[in-house]
Amino acid sequence: MRDRILIFGGVAIFLVLFTYPVWHARAASTRANPPKLQLPADAKECVAPISSMRAAHMQLLIDWRENAVRNGVRRVHASNGKGYDASLTRTCLGCHSRSEFCDKCHSYSGVSTPSCWQCHNESKLISGRAQ
Amino acid sequence: MTITRKQFLMFAAASLAGAAGAKVVSGAEVVRQIGKNDGKRWAMAVDFQKCRWDQGCTQCSAACNRTHNVPDIPNKAQEVKWIWKEKYQTVFRQESEVVNPALTSHPLSLLCNHCSKPACTKVCPTGATWKREEDGVVMMDWHRCIGCRYCMAACPYGSRSFNFVDPRPYVANVNPEFPTRTRGVVEKCNFCEERLAKGQMPVCVENCSERALTFGDQNDANSDIRRLLASRYAIQRQPELGTGPAIYYLI
Repeated sequence: MRDRILIFGGVAIFLVLFTYPVWHARAASTRANPPKLQLPADAKECVAPISSMRAAHMQLLIDWRENAVRNGVRRVHASNGKGYDASLTRTCLGCHSRSEFCDKCHSYSGVSTPSCWQCHNESKLISGRAQ
Repeated sequence: MTITRKQFLMFAAASLAGAAGAKVVSGAEVVRQIGKNDGKRWAMAVDFQKCRWDQGCTQCSAACNRTHNVPDIPNKAQEVKWIWKEKYQTVFRQESEVVNPALTSHPLSLLCNHCSKPACTKVCPTGATWKREEDGVVMMDWHRCIGCRYCMAACPYGSRSFNFVDPRPYVANVNPEFPTRTRGVVEKCNFCEERLAKGQMPVCVENCSERALTFGDQNDANSDIRRLLASRYAIQRQPELGTGPAIYYLI
């Protein structure tokens, strides 16, 4: 055990370096900047409360999709009592912008962007194309 | 406990009677199911005498391609087709000998036959394609298609196309109302089910100025298509295969 100092010293230095990003960020009290999402200008409420949209918007989209494509139910009655088209392009993108809303949060959270856009149209992109 | 020969036979007979009774009940269930599903049956008649494919008319296919974002891919091996034209002899080889020779050089419109017993739906491993029982439309769920192309092999009519490449660059003007498809997915005519849901006619039928295409419910004895099928000589593509095509050609 003559190398005790070397071994434990080495381990201590390693731990300090390895955890540097964590304690340095704590000490400097820096935080990652949450994305600034562009909210729809002309709409005040979503098809579901914000908390449930944050938690389960993909489940909602999947439910809409299965019902519209496989059961022919193209109209949904939302929790706010209003009726909406079960359509990603018309309803969701009717208010939100893909790049300023969906993509920003997905990239901040490190959640890969789903493959919706390989087929589904982005209204804004298309109207831009047509000009 | 011992059992006599007589008791054994009585027990066996009672069991058989019970099993037969159960069969009768399930048979009644089958009859009820068929009765329930025997509602609408969308079908289309293509009138040869009126169709102007031979004069270069492409109203039906152009309208369809525009509406459904069907890509125009120059490479013939990779083309995507929903409604397209083919020479009469290629499609009706045997029938060519008996019909009016003037017609055999006439191209005709081909599309998905929306069969009553579709071969394509049986082979799909993911349930991405199925026949809608309430109106007979052979549907596709592009979300579920894994691009195995079993359906293309099973379809005897060549009605299905595979997206070998990303189709978007080949769609000149994207119709925002309808999705495009993606690479690795099979697609075909959907009988305009998105329009049928709104009570509209298929877009090819609506855009044919010659009124060569007639669409309707073949289970409704008073429909236009039933009247046409009753009064004109109509042929289907390869009816001997037993797929029950819903596209009729009036010659």
